[in-house]
Amino acid sequence: MSEFSIVGRRLPKVNSWAHLTGTALYADDIRLPRMLHGRLLRSTQPHARIKRVDVSRALAHPGVVAVVTGADMPEKMGIMPSTQDETALAVDKVRYVGEPVAAVAALDEDTAYEALSLIDVDYEPLEPIFTIEEALGRDDVKIHEDSRRANVFKEVHLAFGDLDAGFAAADLIRDDWSFFEGNTHAPIETHSCVASYDGNGKLTLWTATQVPHYVHRELEKVLKLPRSQIRVIATPNGGAFGGKSDPFGHEFSAALLSMRTKRPVKFTLDREEVFYAHRGRHPVKMHLRTGVKKDGEITAVHFQSYLDGGAYASYGIATTYYTGALMTVTYRIPAYKFDGVRVYTNKPPCGPKRGHGTTQPRYAFECQLDKIATELGLDPIEYRQRVLQPANSRTVNDLRITTMGLGECLTAVRKATSWDAKREGLPRGKGIGVAGSAYISGAGLPIYWNPMPHSGAEIRIDRGGGVTVMCGTAEIGQGSDNMLASVAAEALGVLPEDVHVVSGDTSLAPVDLGSYSSRVTMMAGNAVKDAAMKLRALIFEAASEKLGVPVERLATAYRRVYDLRDAEKFLSFIEAANIAEGKHGTLVAAGSYKPPAGIGGSYKGAGVGPTPAYSYQASVAEVSVDLETGTLTVDKITTAHDCGRALNPANVEGQIEGSAYMGYGEIMVEEQIFRGGLHKKPSLLDYKLATSLDTPELEAILIETNDSEGPFGAKEAGEGPLNSVIPAIANAVYDAIGVRFDETPITADKILDALGKRDNRGVMKDRIGPDGLGNGKIDPRNAMRRLAASTDARERKKTGTPAD
Amino acid sequence: MTKALITLRVNGEPHTVAAEPHHTLLEVLREEMGLTGTKHGCELGECGACTVLVDGQQVLSCLVLPQQIGMAEVTTVEGLANGPQLHPLQIAFAEEGAAQCGYCTPGMLLSAKALLDAHPHPTREQMADAISGNLCRCTGYTSIYEAIDSAALKMSSSGVEGAKPLREPGFRRMAAKPT
Repeated sequence: MSEFSIVGRRLPKVNSWAHLTGTALYADDIRLPRMLHGRLLRSTQPHARIKRVDVSRALAHPGVVAVVTGADMPEKMGIMPSTQDETALAVDKVRYVGEPVAAVAALDEDTAYEALSLIDVDYEPLEPIFTIEEALGRDDVKIHEDSRRANVFKEVHLAFGDLDAGFAAADLIRDDWSFFEGNTHAPIETHSCVASYDGNGKLTLWTATQVPHYVHRELEKVLKLPRSQIRVIATPNGGAFGGKSDPFGHEFSAALLSMRTKRPVKFTLDREEVFYAHRGRHPVKMHLRTGVKKDGEITAVHFQSYLDGGAYASYGIATTYYTGALMTVTYRIPAYKFDGVRVYTNKPPCGPKRGHGTTQPRYAFECQLDKIATELGLDPIEYRQRVLQPANSRTVNDLRITTMGLGECLTAVRKATSWDAKREGLPRGKGIGVAGSAYISGAGLPIYWNPMPHSGAEIRIDRGGGVTVMCGTAEIGQGSDNMLASVAAEALGVLPEDVHVVSGDTSLAPVDLGSYSSRVTMMAGNAVKDAAMKLRALIFEAASEKLGVPVERLATAYRRVYDLRDAEKFLSFIEAANIAEGKHGTLVAAGSYKPPAGIGGSYKGAGVGPTPAYSYQASVAEVSVDLETGTLTVDKITTAHDCGRALNPANVEGQIEGSAYMGYGEIMVEEQIFRGGLHKKPSLLDYKLATSLDTPELEAILIETNDSEGPFGAKEAGEGPLNSVIPAIANAVYDAIGVRFDETPITADKILDALGKRDNRGVMKDRIGPDGLGNGKIDPRNAMRRLAASTDARERKKTGTPAD
Repeated sequence: MTKALITLRVNGEPHTVAAEPHHTLLEVLREEMGLTGTKHGCELGECGACTVLVDGQQVLSCLVLPQQIGMAEVTTVEGLANGPQLHPLQIAFAEEGAAQCGYCTPGMLLSAKALLDAHPHPTREQMADAISGNLCRCTGYTSIYEAIDSAALKMSSSGVEGAKPLREPGFRRMAAKPT
């Protein structure tokens, strides 16, 4: 018998009934009286000065009610306070095709759309920058005038341990370049919002967002309306995956147009617009140098990442740090150096996509470990298990590890896939590969550094035994509403269906920072548990008196408060709650959570990487390669995931399977690529999301390590399981055909190229991937060295240390 | 604005509304009839979120004009339940966690219904084929197959479509008493 009544059970999600009956209200389903419909005019230029915007013809168009432009909202905004480089609508300059320039509100959507063609914009085209190499080398073209050097947005240099000694002690040093192509979230629901500025001078914005709190902040800044007058309600997101975690131009435009017209205004993006709104996976070029002993023990790692950030900051600072931060939490690394650079290019801004910044380096690292295992003649699973970072330890970059289930994950996938037999016996064209990975259960520090909680929750118990949980989390399909209900129900001893969840509402619920960085179960779960335990104490006190049973002997489950020694001695939850309310007054409690201190270092940049607890995962991929057509088929992906504890196993499995599906798409076909600043495939037909016919068999295995930091032992489940899938498939392809793919995606075209069959010249290649940066005209490595030197000089200036 | 009156049979009921003649069935269902259960993800026939049934056949409502279907019977997600009794597919989707964000779900449910109506005991291949036009970005389809399997089993054992009441199956597993 489980010690829990709710936790660990495969119960339907409390909010699934609305989804299954068509009654859930997504943002675009909201319809208000007198509502206007908005559309955005988007830039046709990748890089241009705006000489003139004339909206007079559009305003004169019958049915158009109002038009706004960048000049109406010139305040800089952005998700990260230190790098706000964006405006709601472009001011003076456009930096990517698709950047919002003006917004129209009309009586209906057709009219708003027609009016866009009546807005006259004069552009003065500027030379665009499209590649990392150009961005690093071109001092003469500046996408943002205030970039210190060329088009560098951010550079990071961190070093830990004795790198030189580490490499000197190595028996084998591998240097590998790789490239991870950019791709996008493509949630099935396009972005949508409705703004309503009411007669009382209060603004309400219903929006498909992962971060209602940050949207709240940015609305205040841009609209110059006090936050106390603004209410943001995150509607159920029809998928998000990181793509709805920035403040967007359509949200500000809806709000301002509503304030101007005193009517509700709705904006719903079309599919092509979503490809340009983007904020997805950064394309990253990477150089990884790893030294190992003969037995595979790692002696030193030097990792360099070059991120193509697109036109604006988004979460770029965090992304840059994340490419380096989590390399150390899986395997023992005694010396580690990380250099990261993120550049601006004239393409839609990149941002966080599931696995935020850690997916690309994990690909480079796990593929390289596979090469090392091959060179040393080691089994890739046994090798990884031999070099694991231990539980309850600190990494060389000062990250605190608590539970660490990667070893158990590797054991589980080895057994489940009959790994040993398949490694021996597969014919050419068939392969099996493995990879491990890790992820954070929420960032250890908030975006705005302050001492306030990362998550707050309020619980009220009504006189009929109903429990209302209020928490600022955004339900994006990951199951956060159900998590809140389950944790509250477990702690109070009721059923999830007794719990009403009010989430994502900045007026009704305490602040939760949002549904990003896989933080919700850890942080909101702990906040709700905190609040529920306070109410439970009041209820137990009342029941103890009534039943004549000491508090320590009481338990609660299935709507009863009962004596642990004699379950027939009980009060119904309603009775107990009513008595407690009579004694203590209205049963309301608040709970909050912030991560513990001391989980990371104190160096500059130490803010990215720490988390209360890391999740771990291992994937095995089984593949077939058609040697004639180059077609890669993934037959099966098996992933074991250390989730701490599965609060609802069905939902955790759903996250693991969904991650495997998304990772599969990233390595097989998905790419966010451009020609002259125009997206090459801005439709679902061209971009190609895997259908049911494409998707391989997926198996999810739960590993529970019961982490003391998490609510009832839980860690994250939504992001980590994507990271291991992608390198596992690449390693399986090597096992099948002996070709290393140091770049994504692995297309039939590239496989045929490697097999010497694309041009019929029969020249075989043992690897597909980049050989470095640069195209011969510039040497970006020099640019990188210059950048490092200038950083050192700046740091010395700041700290007053003389140059050595 | 040149709206014209049109009459459609939706979920067993006749509806007469005024609509722009160039507006699609999707737009008329959502905007003129208030049936927002039918979703849209591209309005180009690529994602399947707007799938409805027309005389029992899967139709992408974003690619069809109401005039094309006349008085044929349109079934949307709102018409899937039999009054207060949920369709076995709806119950199975909840039990198996086959709806994560829920946005592809209405279209997915209708494709699954069309499949089960034609093949009460579908194979995995038939299922994959039937939902291949419905993109799901959350689940990886695994739990959807399990839900269709489970619904097929329920429907064949009970013999009555939609016989199970709301919420019962998942919660029945929870004993009423602490042990």
